[in-house]
Amino acid sequence: MQFLNLAAEEKLNPLIPHTAEIVVGVIAFTLLYLTLRKFVTPMFEKAFTERTNAIQGGIERAEKAQLEAQRALAQYTEQLAKAQAEAQVLREDARVQGAAIIDDLRTKAQEEAARITATAHASIEAERQQAITSLRTEVGALAVELASKIVGESLDDAARQSRVVDRFLEDLEKSK
Amino acid sequence: MRDLLRSGTGGGFVPPSSSDFELPPIFGDNAYTTKPIFLVFFSVILISVFFILASRKAAVVPSKLQFAGESVYGFVRNELAKDVIGHDFLRFVPYLFTLFTFILVNNVFGIVPLLQFPTMSRISFPYVLALTVYLVFHYVGIRKQGALKYFKEIMFMPGVPKAAYILITPLEILTFFVVRPLTLALRLFANMFAGHLLLLVFILGGEHLLQGVIGLKLISPFAFAVGIVLTFFEFMVQVLQAYIFTLLAALYIAGALADEH
Repeated sequence: MQFLNLAAEEKLNPLIPHTAEIVVGVIAFTLLYLTLRKFVTPMFEKAFTERTNAIQGGIERAEKAQLEAQRALAQYTEQLAKAQAEAQVLREDARVQGAAIIDDLRTKAQEEAARITATAHASIEAERQQAITSLRTEVGALAVELASKIVGESLDDAARQSRVVDRFLEDLEKSK
Repeated sequence: MRDLLRSGTGGGFVPPSSSDFELPPIFGDNAYTTKPIFLVFFSVILISVFFILASRKAAVVPSKLQFAGESVYGFVRNELAKDVIGHDFLRFVPYLFTLFTFILVNNVFGIVPLLQFPTMSRISFPYVLALTVYLVFHYVGIRKQGALKYFKEIMFMPGVPKAAYILITPLEILTFFVVRPLTLALRLFANMFAGHLLLLVFILGGEHLLQGVIGLKLISPFAFAVGIVLTFFEFMVQVLQAYIFTLLAALYIAGALADEH
């Protein structure tokens, strides 16, 4: 007040404060400080904290997801490798088994073939023997009959007859 | 120049002086109703309303208003408080934030049309603000280190040869108890005072030139143009001074908190 009155009369030293302004300055600054501290800064801090949390949470979630994905990938790779190995084993087994089966079949077939050949040989031999015997009998009889007809000599005696036939046949074979 | 002006108008140009800062009370002779006082209260309401509206929702994804408020708050919090004070800075943020916004808005009043008076060119307000800084940083220092150790370290800086105390101790006492608060207040006051005076010179001068003869009328636009350029310059100074004041306050608090000065 006192300074203001002076101001009207004379130029004042601007470095001299006014009582009213000091009082108002203190009140205004205190008021503003209390208001901002009570209503504003806690809210801004809250927003900052929440934002930080949100970002951090997001990063953590992403990291977790990535870890999970990596784990899954490793698992799949391992499973794939295992499956491939298994398939390899199975193929090898199949190949071995197939070879064994083929071997087996071949052996069996060879045996069968051998058996069939043997049977055929035996049967041919038997038939041949039979044919020989039958031929021998029939040819003998025919020959004797023919001879007897030609010679007119009856060769009734069976023993002799057979002897004659044998001799004839032996001669026949020798002359061959 | 002055003779020319005088001859042009016959009245004579009265250059702006410190008496231009002594505004009369608006209502009667009540000293509490001057323009600066209204401006200070207006700034308190303006800042409070703006920041309460901006911070009310405190959303993770901010609106434009919240973003604007947060930018200012974040600037004071991170660039000033956090970077300067470091550990345990959070409890000083409301104070520094109040300082910065209060000074900034009151400074900028100097170039806001119609208001056009920087409240901080009234020395009382910078004195009050400097006083709060003074109280805060000494209080913080005493609380942190104990009164004895705090004053001892101010007066007898550790790591200095004993003989040097003759020179250093008075200087340190002067620095901590007189120079710091005084320069803080005077720097702010003088910048605002000088800036406003400069604007007054060019704007009132330009106005005065308009009343002169035709030749002087032609010069008048240049005076106004310089006044407008200076207005932009003033804006820069006003923001800068708000920043410097807050920065120094933070530095003094940081110094008081530190174990060694």
